[in-house]
Amino acid sequence: MLNHPGLENFEKITTKNIPTENYISQGHRACQGCAEILALGMVMKIAGPNTIVANATGCMEIVTSPFPQTAWKVPWIHVAFENTAAVASGIEAGIKALKRKERFKNDPPHVIAVGGDGATADIGLQSLSGALERGHNFLYVCLDNEAYMNTGIQRSSSTPYGASTTTSPTGSQSIGQQTWKKDLPAIAAAHNIPYVATANPGFHLDLMNKVKKALTIEGPAYIHIYSACPTGWRSKPEKSIEISKLAVQTNVFPLYEIINGRLTITKKINKPKPVREYLKTQRRFGHLSDNDINFIQQRTDARMAELQSLESSSQE
Amino acid sequence: MSDQAICAWQKLELGTAITTPGNAAELRTGDWKTLHPLTDQEKCIKCGLCSLYCPEFCIAQDKEGFYPADLFYCKGCGICANECPKQAITMTMD
Amino acid sequence: MNKAKGLEVSLAIAEAVKQADVDVVAAYPITPQTHIVEELSVYVANGELDAEYVPVESEHSAMSAAVGSSAAGARTYTATSAQGLALMHEILFIASGLRLPIVMTVANRALSAPISIWNDHGDIMSERDIGWIQIFAENGQEAYELTIAAFKIAEDHRVLLPICVNVDGFILTHMIEPINFIDQNEVDKFLPPFKPALTLDPEKPVTMGPVGVPEVYIESRKQCEQALINSKAVVSEVLADWGQRFNQKYRLIERNGAASPKTVFITMGSMGETTMTAVKELEESGQSLGQVRIRLWRPFPKEEFLDAIKDVEEIIVIDRALSPGSHSGPVAQEIKALLYDQPQKPKIHNIIAGLGGRDVTVKDFKKMYEMARNNELDPNYTIWGVRSDA
Repeated sequence: MLNHPGLENFEKITTKNIPTENYISQGHRACQGCAEILALGMVMKIAGPNTIVANATGCMEIVTSPFPQTAWKVPWIHVAFENTAAVASGIEAGIKALKRKERFKNDPPHVIAVGGDGATADIGLQSLSGALERGHNFLYVCLDNEAYMNTGIQRSSSTPYGASTTTSPTGSQSIGQQTWKKDLPAIAAAHNIPYVATANPGFHLDLMNKVKKALTIEGPAYIHIYSACPTGWRSKPEKSIEISKLAVQTNVFPLYEIINGRLTITKKINKPKPVREYLKTQRRFGHLSDNDINFIQQRTDARMAELQSLESSSQE
Repeated sequence: MSDQAICAWQKLELGTAITTPGNAAELRTGDWKTLHPLTDQEKCIKCGLCSLYCPEFCIAQDKEGFYPADLFYCKGCGICANECPKQAITMTMD
Repeated sequence: MNKAKGLEVSLAIAEAVKQADVDVVAAYPITPQTHIVEELSVYVANGELDAEYVPVESEHSAMSAAVGSSAAGARTYTATSAQGLALMHEILFIASGLRLPIVMTVANRALSAPISIWNDHGDIMSERDIGWIQIFAENGQEAYELTIAAFKIAEDHRVLLPICVNVDGFILTHMIEPINFIDQNEVDKFLPPFKPALTLDPEKPVTMGPVGVPEVYIESRKQCEQALINSKAVVSEVLADWGQRFNQKYRLIERNGAASPKTVFITMGSMGETTMTAVKELEESGQSLGQVRIRLWRPFPKEEFLDAIKDVEEIIVIDRALSPGSHSGPVAQEIKALLYDQPQKPKIHNIIAGLGGRDVTVKDFKKMYEMARNNELDPNYTIWGVRSDA
């Protein structure tokens, strides 16, 4: 799995060598039990101090930067909602030119673009596609909490089927979100970039190793991180990690990585739990009937089978 | 000048940048909580999972190897108690 | 300066950008700006310009990447026009709000609908309040020289604001003109390397673009506004220095024609040249006429402007953009508002001319003058050349 250019000497993160330093300070304003800031904190632990972050408008931007306080200990810029990948392109290009012209003395920093699912799957998809296609050496992290939480839980194209949000409400004529979640990692992978992965803070070592690989491999990398949101999902704050783990254990959010086109499922689930167990932890799914849940189970199984077949065909 | 303003415009950094990294640590988010974690040191195996899963980054290892939460920041979400493999942490009002 | 060389103005602008030794060009092609960025990509491809050329997927991303690159401390250039400028709109405010000295050429062109690739000032007039320094070039030589000077103005630590150099699309961009190029070593002496004030540097972490809570938003905007107000003196200083070095005098407001004219035309951009020909011919026939050119549009040089028209009885303001629903075109609005406080005001005529690439000739200016004299113009504004059945 690690015999890919740039990963020959890859030193894995294990329980023994998890960095203890945080690059997002305490005192940020994320909601109680926010697994999104937790995931971002894990990303930053691996990225370390020699990093520049471009952050799209959204929860993470707003909870970390109300003037005059910043939770960021690394250089950070917020420009707008839909353009973070383009801003990161500019930063990467600027540093590259300055380094070549010997006006930037130190090792080139990691450039990380951070956006929520709205900033990534909806309004910023064009900018993301452009930046991935151009081959900038940067990491794009999508923190997917499956709706526009910052503006009050409106649906995005990354909201899962059946979820009730303030713009996909459940009603006599609707089960809530009526479309299947957009497959952003597949779209990223279609750009033939060297590294794409899904990750989840409930599987922190897997997440951290993926971030480390993404930052080690030269070229664009995309990591799509499941980010439990108690406020928007109407789940219990203390359950955020438990729910995150359930998402993987039920195959609702499979963990995999695609290195230079080769897909590997990084967390194999031998006996998946029924999706019902996952859905019942969140009141956004509380209205779903047995039929609805069966439908979600079938599509989840089909999607998993598809991934497994992609895995076996790409390992051949 | 408005007494609502944080400072005079001449005092702002260029482009309203903030040049004091991590100064959000000034903010006491601990007053959001109703419950706070209490660790039973008899049960604690010092695995540190509570620290890893704390969204406030406010649980760090002390000299004795335990992981107390900094209540100045702890918002009382209870993830640490829920995730503790030994059920050593309880959320309490006390 | 070397001997003049005949060159398309777009290519002369690209040459200026190359001579400024930019670090990053982030651009998206749009007519009539394309030749500028094509030429820059060639310079980068053949090693004549050591820069990163970022061929973005839209103008929105062009300006976004420019913001990122400038914030990283790189000298950054882009160019656009019309729809592209409109697509950048949101980010233009952020570039000035973050105080990033990006230099941009705007090849002025009409806005859709209907789609038009031809010249007018509708694009930039829709961006009046973006907080950028905005200059208008009259001819190719000026477009070339102001492009180099723009970097020095924007990057001055008393300014640190983005700047756009407006160049009339096709009328200038696609014209082959004799251009006097400045030697590279002279450019280097004039324009020192970019020394950014605040950058995204891990050695000294800054947070750029934090949430502007109500307790700081006004102060933040004031800082930006004051920088723009203060930039006027720096623009004057840099252009005066330019004049000393290269023998080309560029004032913020230019007045030409008779010593104390009764009537002056007020223009921006390339129309100034045609107007001047009309003024000269009318003067020869005994009329007392002048011309005032607004070179610096933002910040508006009000003292210089008032001084330029102080002894004038009548002004004919030529706007190259409509401001639908208003009483005047955008330039005339500016001037009328400015004159309101003045004890003595000239009579003001306003003509909207040359929309969407319609030719405005010497003959047209003579006719405008005649109609103004005979009080035949609409008291609000006249759309010149609009064909009507009425």
